[in-house]
Amino acid sequence: MKPKTLFEKIWDQHVVVEEEGKPHLLYVDLHMVHEVTSPQAFEGLRLSNRSVRRPELTFATMDHNVPTKNPFQIHDDIASKQIQTLEKNCQEFGIQLADLESSDQGIVHVIGPELGLTLPGKTIVCGDSHTSTHGAFGAIAFGIGTSEVEHVLATQTLWQEKPKTLKVDIQGSRASGVAAKDVILGLIAKYGIAFGTGYVIEYTGQAVQEMTMEERMTVCNMSIEAGAKAGLIAPDETTYEYLRDREYAPKGEDFEKAILEWEALKTDEGAEFDEVITFDVNELEPQVTWGTNPSMGVGVNDVVPDPESFTNPVDQSSTKQALEYMDLKPGTKMTDIEIDYVFLGSCTNSRIEDLRAAAEIAKGQTVAPGVTAMVVPGSKRVKEQAEQEGLDQIFIEAGFDWRSAGCSMCLSMNPDVVPPGKRCASTSNRNFEGRQGRAARTHLVSPQMAVAAAINGHFTDVRERSTVRS
Amino acid sequence: MEPLVKHSGKVAPLDKVNVDTDQIIPKQFLKRVERTGFGRFLFYDWRYQEDEEPNPDFVLNQPAYQSATILLARNNFGCGSSREHAPWALLDYGFKVIIAPSFADIFYNNCFKNGILPVKLTEDEVDSLFQQADSSELTLTVDLEKQTVLDEKGNSYTFETDPYRRKMLLEGLDDIGLTEMYESNISKYEEKGKAIYQSVF
Ligand code: SF4
Repeated sequence: MKPKTLFEKIWDQHVVVEEEGKPHLLYVDLHMVHEVTSPQAFEGLRLSNRSVRRPELTFATMDHNVPTKNPFQIHDDIASKQIQTLEKNCQEFGIQLADLESSDQGIVHVIGPELGLTLPGKTIVCGDSHTSTHGAFGAIAFGIGTSEVEHVLATQTLWQEKPKTLKVDIQGSRASGVAAKDVILGLIAKYGIAFGTGYVIEYTGQAVQEMTMEERMTVCNMSIEAGAKAGLIAPDETTYEYLRDREYAPKGEDFEKAILEWEALKTDEGAEFDEVITFDVNELEPQVTWGTNPSMGVGVNDVVPDPESFTNPVDQSSTKQALEYMDLKPGTKMTDIEIDYVFLGSCTNSRIEDLRAAAEIAKGQTVAPGVTAMVVPGSKRVKEQAEQEGLDQIFIEAGFDWRSAGCSMCLSMNPDVVPPGKRCASTSNRNFEGRQGRAARTHLVSPQMAVAAAINGHFTDVRERSTVRS
Repeated sequence: MEPLVKHSGKVAPLDKVNVDTDQIIPKQFLKRVERTGFGRFLFYDWRYQEDEEPNPDFVLNQPAYQSATILLARNNFGCGSSREHAPWALLDYGFKVIIAPSFADIFYNNCFKNGILPVKLTEDEVDSLFQQADSSELTLTVDLEKQTVLDEKGNSYTFETDPYRRKMLLEGLDDIGLTEMYESNISKYEEKGKAIYQSVF
């Protein structure tokens, strides 16, 4: 038999219809739903008198609009309507919903894995581009539009062109103080925000094997920031250990049986990718972005680039525009950039390990005067776990706000907004213009780097601090 | 969905690379539960000043480009968030066709589902269209059946679309209706237990 990539194995197993001149009709194992991209899909079902084909394969939560000070006090009428609409839709169509009362509530890409809904070999979709996160488990997981949400609800399938495959081999070992976030930011800084367009990425290599599940999720999360359809990593012991005893994962003997199946989920020797790139992380520094897309970043000890240093006129002009928006001068040392806000959260970096690593830096320190800093756990469970470990106290004592779970300042659909002209060190995934608020300036960093910036009031190489975890 | 077979219209040139969907429709407008009414908020942060007055520098506010129905754009148009509100806003504003050298995947797909035709031309071709649209009013005719873009001088540019998407858009077909014709295939797939996870719970 022809050797196959991991991606091809999962894909082939899910093809329901394959006909000449058509995309494949692909079966969907898990459909996650949130309040922003689903109302029009349910409305569509209602208008055409359709039902949800497999409500038991669908799981909904509310995250984007949820206020993080008091989740139950939604002052924005339209946001509140969207939340109520999701409740009503889930009830009407028989879909399980982690609502604001539920202990399962949280950011859709945090709770899927944490509940064991995300499993190796599955096809997973959600009306949200960061669905790529779930690929960390060796699943094909990708974001879809609202019309497709409706299609999945009605048919549990999707018409899909088979994407091309790209292997990203991440070689070497990270130095201490260099986070998984730095790996993905570094990769995108090197290859740009479109190198993955049309591809599904499989991440391989020593640096990936060494990562914990949560670190792998951070990397896969930002695959979409490289334009990729999805990013995935072959499951291994690390994956199985993470999944053991998760609420919806198979249990006992079933789990052992599942592992036997999952062990086949790897790229065969000799299987061919359409494209291969490599990235060495031995010398990688903690990263900070300076511009208005995730590829506009450098090592923390570097400087803001000069638009003239780019050869391509399009790069020159987009760099110039970005620096104008960010109010930065070429040649400025990244460590001289002062910040006003710090946001620790989002589906990229709001899991328990992120909070632990951040708390270690925050311990016994104080947020710099004039800096507003907040920690928003990715889910209620993360929040609870952190509180059990006393991390909340460390943050609060250092002067951080300790909030409830949600997307929060990652896209500021709720009241957590960066004011115009203010500069924010953010652990989220997008530094687009206006993403955190109109005219707000976002710098993407790892959780450790965000805390170091909060304490010093400007970006700092977190490795220069004695408290860095080894 | 409205079918789209042939479309003639005025071109508005948006000379920026990597225009993301956060720019096309900022998040504060994603809270509606309807599909319509997003056109007013298209490119909101660029189109309006702080005081909600139109920003005269933005291309869509310039008299020459009023009532344009074809948007000319640069590489990687529609990157970022998967929000289908982006094509809804473009459509609601009046755009039927978007021409660019490349598009982000999800956005490209979302366009077809909403009766907008995304046309990929080469960078050189797009460059030359920008030059024409910048200097004088430019009207183009886009023919989906022939997969051509024609300007008034008779220059013709060809593009490609995959046959399935083309057919759906030409006929204005509903994806779900089509899939329902494969009901038995889906049921068989489910029965055979090929769906390895029968239930998430
Ligand atoms: S945390 Fe940010 S990127 Fe993640 S799902 Fe929420 S809004 Fe999207």
